[in-house]
Amino acid sequence: MTAQAATTSQHAVEPAETPLTPESWGKLGMWIFLAGDAVGFGVLLAAYGGMRATSADWPNPYDVLGINLTAAMTFLLICSSVTMVKALEWLGRGDRAKAKMFLFFTALGGAIFVGCQAYEWTHLIQSGLHINGISGHALELAKGQGATLFGTTFFIITGFHGMHVTGGVIYLLSVIGVVSRRPDPAASYNVVEIVGLYWHFVDLVWIMVFTFMYLL
Amino acid sequence: MAGEHKHPNYMAIFWMLAILTVAELIVVFLPFGKFVNGTLLCGLAVGKAALVAMYFMHLKFETRTLGLIAITPLTIATLLVFVILPDSLYVDHKTQNVKPAASAPAKP
Repeated sequence: MTAQAATTSQHAVEPAETPLTPESWGKLGMWIFLAGDAVGFGVLLAAYGGMRATSADWPNPYDVLGINLTAAMTFLLICSSVTMVKALEWLGRGDRAKAKMFLFFTALGGAIFVGCQAYEWTHLIQSGLHINGISGHALELAKGQGATLFGTTFFIITGFHGMHVTGGVIYLLSVIGVVSRRPDPAASYNVVEIVGLYWHFVDLVWIMVFTFMYLL
Repeated sequence: MAGEHKHPNYMAIFWMLAILTVAELIVVFLPFGKFVNGTLLCGLAVGKAALVAMYFMHLKFETRTLGLIAITPLTIATLLVFVILPDSLYVDHKTQNVKPAASAPAKP
C-alpha cells in the first residue's frame, strides 16, 4: 500500500529539468520511441518504393484502391489531431472536464478511422486484393508479380499504421483515466502532452502513407 | 509551469492542412505527367508533415537537441532510399511488355 502510494507520487512528480526537454523526461522518452518507430515506417515505405520502382507491372493504386473514402479518413485524422491539441490547451487552462471531452473526441476519431479501414479492407479483400496475391475482380485491374507485391505491401503498411491507431485509441482512453484520477490539472499536463506527441505522429505517418500508397 | 507553453494558432494550422489535402487530391488529376505530379505530391506531403511536427508536436518550440532526435530517422530513411533506388536502374522496363520480333532467329 505504502509502496503503491510512493510509486504514484513518483510518477506524478517528474524530475524538473533535463537538458533536452525543459518539461519532462517522459517527453524525451516518447520522442526517442517515435524516432525508432519512424525508422520502422521509413523502412516499410522505402521497401514499397524500391519494389514499385523495380516492377514493370505495378498497378495504378488509384484504380485498385479508390481514394474517396481514404481522403475522408485522412481528413478525419487531421480533425482528431486538432481535438488532441484542444485537449492539451484546455488542460493548460485548468479545465479537466473539457480536456477529457476533447481526449474522448480524439479517441472517437481514431476508432472511426480504424472502423473505416476495416470496411475498406473487407471491400478490397472481397474484390480480390489479398496479402499474398490478387484474384477475381481485382485481377482485371492489376496483374502479375507487381500486383502481388502491391497487395502484400498495401496490407502490411496500412495494417502497421492501423495497429498504431488502435494502440493510440487504447492509450488515449487510459490517459482520460489518468486525468480523472488527478485532481490537479497541472499534474497530468505532461501525460496528455506525451500522448499528443504519439497521436500527431500517427497522423503524420498517415499523411505519408496516404500520399505514397494512394495518390502517387 | 508546463501550462505556460506558447500555443500556436491551431485552427490556422488545421485549415492549412485541410487546404493542402484538397490540393493533393487536385494534383492527382493534373495532366502534367507522373514525374511532375509525383514531385508536387511529395512536396505537399512533406509540407503537411512539417506543419504537424512543428506546430502540433511543438517541435518549433523545443530545444535544438530534440530537433536532432526527430531528424535522425528522416536522415536514415533518406539514405535508405538512395541505397535502394539505384536497383531500379538495373530493371529494363522497356523489354517487359515487348514481344520478341517475329523475325528474330529461334534459339537452337
